[in-house]
Amino acid sequence: MLKLENVSKTYKTGDKALQGIRFEVPAGQVVGLIGPSGAGKSSLIRCINRLVEPTAGSILLGDTDLTRLNGRSLRQARRRIGMIFQEYALVERLTVMENVLSGRLGYVPAWRSFLRRYSPEDIGQAFALLEKVGLADHYNKRADALSGGQRQRVGIARALEQNPELLLVDEPTASLDPKTSRQIMRLIRGACQERSLPAIINIHDVMLAQQFSDRIIGLRNGEVVFDGAPDELTNEVLTRIYGDEDWTQLRGQESSEESTDGSSDAPSVDLAEGV
Amino acid sequence: MTTSSSPVWQYRTRKQTLLRWLGWFWLVALTVFCWQLMNENTIWAFVSDAPAQAADIGSRMFPPAWSYVGELWQPLWDTINIATLGTLLGIMIAVPVAFLAASNTTPSVRFVRPLALLIIVASRSINALIWALLLVAIIGPGLLAGIIAIGLRSIGFVAKLLYEAIEEIDVTQVEAVRATGASGAQVIDYAIVPQILPAFWGISVFRWDINIRESTILGLVGAGGLGIQLNASLATLAWNQVATIFLLILGTVVVSEWVSARVRQAVL
Amino acid sequence: MDHQPTVRSTWKRPPLLLTNTLWRRLIYSGALIYLVLAVQTVEVDWQRVYLGLERGWRFIEGFLVPDFTTRWRDIHEGLIESLTITLTSTVAGILISVPIGIGAARNLAPAPVYLACRGIITLSRSFQEIIIAILLVAMFGFGPFAGFLTLAFATIGFLSKLLAEEIESCDRSQIEAIRATGASWWQVVNYSVQPQVMPRLVGLSLYRLDINFRESAVIGIVGAGGIGATLNTAIDRYEYDSAGAILILIIAIVLVVEYSSSYIRRWVQ
Repeated sequence: MLKLENVSKTYKTGDKALQGIRFEVPAGQVVGLIGPSGAGKSSLIRCINRLVEPTAGSILLGDTDLTRLNGRSLRQARRRIGMIFQEYALVERLTVMENVLSGRLGYVPAWRSFLRRYSPEDIGQAFALLEKVGLADHYNKRADALSGGQRQRVGIARALEQNPELLLVDEPTASLDPKTSRQIMRLIRGACQERSLPAIINIHDVMLAQQFSDRIIGLRNGEVVFDGAPDELTNEVLTRIYGDEDWTQLRGQESSEESTDGSSDAPSVDLAEGV
Repeated sequence: MTTSSSPVWQYRTRKQTLLRWLGWFWLVALTVFCWQLMNENTIWAFVSDAPAQAADIGSRMFPPAWSYVGELWQPLWDTINIATLGTLLGIMIAVPVAFLAASNTTPSVRFVRPLALLIIVASRSINALIWALLLVAIIGPGLLAGIIAIGLRSIGFVAKLLYEAIEEIDVTQVEAVRATGASGAQVIDYAIVPQILPAFWGISVFRWDINIRESTILGLVGAGGLGIQLNASLATLAWNQVATIFLLILGTVVVSEWVSARVRQAVL
Repeated sequence: MDHQPTVRSTWKRPPLLLTNTLWRRLIYSGALIYLVLAVQTVEVDWQRVYLGLERGWRFIEGFLVPDFTTRWRDIHEGLIESLTITLTSTVAGILISVPIGIGAARNLAPAPVYLACRGIITLSRSFQEIIIAILLVAMFGFGPFAGFLTLAFATIGFLSKLLAEEIESCDRSQIEAIRATGASWWQVVNYSVQPQVMPRLVGLSLYRLDINFRESAVIGIVGAGGIGATLNTAIDRYEYDSAGAILILIIAIVLVVEYSSSYIRRWVQ
């Protein structure tokens, strides 16, 4: 279980990225985090595993307050939190297997990881995960030899190899086509259900968010402006999150970062349904 | 005809043109001044005599003393060893210096980074021959002085190119590895090293190639290798032996350049 | 996709390079044997090294407490020579490198010109500056003029090669577009090649200026003028504090040249 209390982040430049964020995520719940670009979505999930330092507030994972940790204890907390990145963030020049095994780095001593000597359990689990994401035959390929969808699958396997208690997902579908995006989301959701793993998915695509999450949190200017079930996401709510726009037309359109010109009369449903 | 209102196309504005001409004028003036200053003591009689000298030296060089090659294998082997071991020594020191100098891996931007940059610039500014000169005076003539000289000069070169490569790595990969709970050493091993490895091999082999050339002359100041033979032959004005040494150096340089090009091709 | 044999629990990282096992082992063991042999050729007279440590310490002291005054006249003279050699040889080198660089670009020059220019470049690049300096000193006599010729010659090899590579990697479509207007060869060079390579040429020239200064500090050792001669004398006389002063001056000038050249490069682009 994850509990955020009054989390705030102010960058050195004076930008207030987050202000007094508070919410709880119970086990097994998949939270879709939506909001315009610059609303603080990325800062928020990075505050949770302290890739970005929160300026105030506390973040409780189970009984540990993540904001109080340092050095070794921080690394031990990080290994309990799996993260999936936008643009995959695989180490391109390592093999798929090394990328998946890097999920164990928080558990093995440096010399073992240096010699690539992982325990049979770790390796067995890595093979099982690769099988599950459909890449069983690719384990010795270099990560940069894979397609975008395949790389994101490796990213998922890497996060799950950590046996995490929480999954943080940052724009997992940002550079994928609609079909692959849905496959990836389905995979993430399936893993969460199977392991009753809570997840926070930071996502631009409102339709995808609605379809694959149990709960939606809307962020605007660093504050939570909506927190509720996916079907409560009405046009009025969307306006509260993103600002004025003709939502009947734009619903489901990918990337809502720029309020596109209202004159676009393309039936936007096609994008999501065009599988 | 309208004269005032029609737009006149000009390549540059007046002020820019003026500035450019002024810049060029200064450059020419400075060059001429330097030329005068430099040649104050030049004896032009020697200069005009140069073609005759060149012809004389050329005729003495030809034919090269082929039998002399037998005495050159050992110094050639020494030369290659100086270059290789010196490069290895340089790399061993340069790698940590590069990590200390790169702004994204240095432990302290305020104190450690300037120090590392100073090491790099000091090593780069001073030619291997000068290092050799010093080291021969300090630890005596021989291969060791040559190896250390080559090593010291290589630090700056390798470290500079390597730290620039480190600063250009993709930070998201680093972030991803850090997010798994990896320690500092593991982040370097899994996220940074794979990204800079091709650059590292390229730089090292390139430096080795340069070092082969450099080590051919270190013997001039007593630091071992072919240069010792060159010095001896020059001292006795045995130009046909000098010619043999030059040809041997040329051959070695061509081979080392070929090797380095092949290796760089293979790693990239 | 065929089925995986149940659960695997072993994995070894595949080799990055040299995928053939036999070749890999051969090359690794060859490298190891070479290293052992190479290290054995290094004969160290430890007693001499031990004696030298004291001198090494004196050198470090000299470097920390440099003496600029005692030999100031020599240092001053050497520096002026070095700086004048640097500037004149760089300017002369650039003037000659530009036509040779154009001649050595495959997309601009006809075959015979190309081969001739490549020949000049290879000749200039094959020999160390010091070796060229030795020859030129023998021909032109001691002094900065030989140094000037040496560095100008070395500049040609460096600049022409890189300039030719830059021209060869020029955008073909821009050259074609200008050629399609009916432009002559000169006009093609002036209108399509020059704008593309100019920033790089300026950058390389400034970099070469830097290199030439550093080299000018060495060629004095073989009599081609410059601060190297002064340095050589200082070390020969064990005047480490003067030697330290000279080294510090060299490092400082390199720093200044490097800093100002990065400034000029930004200004040009």
